[in-house]
Amino acid sequence: MLLIPCPYCGERPEIEFSYGGEAHIARPQNPASLSDTQWAEFLFMRGNQKGAFRERWIHTHGCRRWFNMLRDTTSHEIYAVYKIGAPKPPAPGEKPAAAKKPATRARKGASK
Amino acid sequence: MKRFSVFSLARNAFSHHEDWPRQWRSPEPKPEYDVVIIGGGGHGLATAFYLAKEHGITNVAVLEKGWIGGGNTGRNTTIVRSNYLFDESAHLYEKSLQLFEKLSQELNYNVMMSQRGVMNLAHNLHDVRESRRRVYANKLNGVDAEWLEPEEVKAFCPIIDISPDARYPVMGATLQKRAGVARHDAVAWGFARGADARGVDIIQNCEVTGLRIEKGRIVGVETTKGFIGAKKVGSVAAGHTSVICNMAGFRVPLTSHPLQALVSEPIKPVHPCVVMSNAVHVYVSQSDKGELVIGAGIDAYNSYAQRGSFHIIEGQMGALRELFPIFSRLRMMRSWGGIVDTAPDASAIISKTPVENFFINCGWGTGGFKATPGSGWVFAWTLAKGEPHPLNAAFSLDRFTSGALVDEHGAAGVAH
Ligand SMILES: Cc1cc2nc3c(=O)[nH]c(=O)nc-3n(C[C@H](O)[C@H](O)[C@H](O)COP(=O)(O)OP(=O)(O)OC[C@H]3O[C@@H](n4cnc5c(N)ncnc54)[C@H](O)[C@@H]3O)c2cc1C
Ligand SMILES: [Zn+2]
Repeated sequence: MLLIPCPYCGERPEIEFSYGGEAHIARPQNPASLSDTQWAEFLFMRGNQKGAFRERWIHTHGCRRWFNMLRDTTSHEIYAVYKIGAPKPPAPGEKPAAAKKPATRARKGASK
Repeated sequence: MKRFSVFSLARNAFSHHEDWPRQWRSPEPKPEYDVVIIGGGGHGLATAFYLAKEHGITNVAVLEKGWIGGGNTGRNTTIVRSNYLFDESAHLYEKSLQLFEKLSQELNYNVMMSQRGVMNLAHNLHDVRESRRRVYANKLNGVDAEWLEPEEVKAFCPIIDISPDARYPVMGATLQKRAGVARHDAVAWGFARGADARGVDIIQNCEVTGLRIEKGRIVGVETTKGFIGAKKVGSVAAGHTSVICNMAGFRVPLTSHPLQALVSEPIKPVHPCVVMSNAVHVYVSQSDKGELVIGAGIDAYNSYAQRGSFHIIEGQMGALRELFPIFSRLRMMRSWGGIVDTAPDASAIISKTPVENFFINCGWGTGGFKATPGSGWVFAWTLAKGEPHPLNAAFSLDRFTSGALVDEHGAAGVAH
């Protein structure tokens, strides 16, 4: 079981939380103009990274707030937790990203 | 290939069983193959076997990063059944069950197929309606299925508690009598031996680390044993499919999760069939050694770690204890995890990809052992012809674009 450091409440056992899957999947800005391929990308296609992975959690049986977590999917080591909307903390070995506005970030294309 | 028989058994008894031949070779990779299969699980090995047997394509290598059958194939609870709701699934799994029924003879290898019957329990009114609907759907598709009332459930499996005040009251069950269990390792080894005998190279300790793609077409794979050229490549990497496809530059609709199972101490035969309950996420059978083989649900989070959390097992044991009071003091001996590749509609993906001559077979998630021969059979066809067989046409990658999902989630629930 993971010991998850909720950014609002501190460390709590995993059973207090629910999982929200991959983080930073921005809703389409203009849904009506999306092609079927773009919908498939948004709805279904996932990075499913092996290694450092950014994911969403909600503290269901606590503060009931969503937050993001950077965790390794092979060791389960938790590198960082950060609030929704906060800049992404870098993964180990990754250089810190220049501050970006997540809300206006265009969705990445099919590759990668 | 030296055939196994009662005579070879007797002959080898004279030499104290020390001179049995190796069941497959351990060759070094050739520079190029007609088909390279990534992943030496049951599905990859079955694919190679049927490529050779059904399509005469024998210049084939199966590349396995660890040892064959060491992935989900060797970690699953071995339930084999075909009582899926939708036509597409029922046809595919039924094909697989029919292949399973003849597999020991076909492979000259005892896969210990035991058609002891699988019951799927219903615990509430919705379960009852859904299950009865599935029985009718199965019958229409030629899949054997029966609906059992609680007393009939008790008659088929006397150790189950059907009292109405139970935490999870048993309100009936579906029964597929032709379903049951088979021996997982034997399935992998039997296919490996059969494929090897037909010329397929099975290369273990050989991890694929990259795909070489030229002008949108695959030409080979980078491995820990160097570059291996290939006219066609089929990825059958289960939980690691996303990793392989990310190498090819496209994403797939899969997430990888731990799925755990455990076995109890061995006891005398008490449990005559397989019992599954979607509602409480437990499924149990008894092995020939006498251990109960019990499957759990997946951990919610993404993981490649081949281990799951204890609270999942705890939930499992609670449900097991409620359904089978007789097991309350049984000790559990071992638990382990596999990494399963789950798709949004809980159905497999057996498909062409955006890269020419690169094919994937994945998304079997928590329930692909039963599909091993059928999956290999249709994937061999797909690789040989470059087009899907009618049995797997509905399971292509583009269903996520067209919206024609095969949504077994609601139907089969936690399918194993
Ligand atoms: C605990 C548990 C219980 C289950 N219970 C059931 C059940 O009761 N009934 C049922 O039908 N199904 C069940 N399943 C599901 C079933 O085990 C799988 O769907 C099925 O075995 C998948 O077979 P496979 O050959 O595709 O995968 P695997 O056997 O996992 O084979 C994939 C292989 O690919 C290899 N590989 C990965 N990446 C690379 C690479 N880069 N290079 C080379 N090789 C690579 C891996 O090492 C692995 O050996 C269960 C699974 C688990 C984990
Ligand atoms: Zn909290």
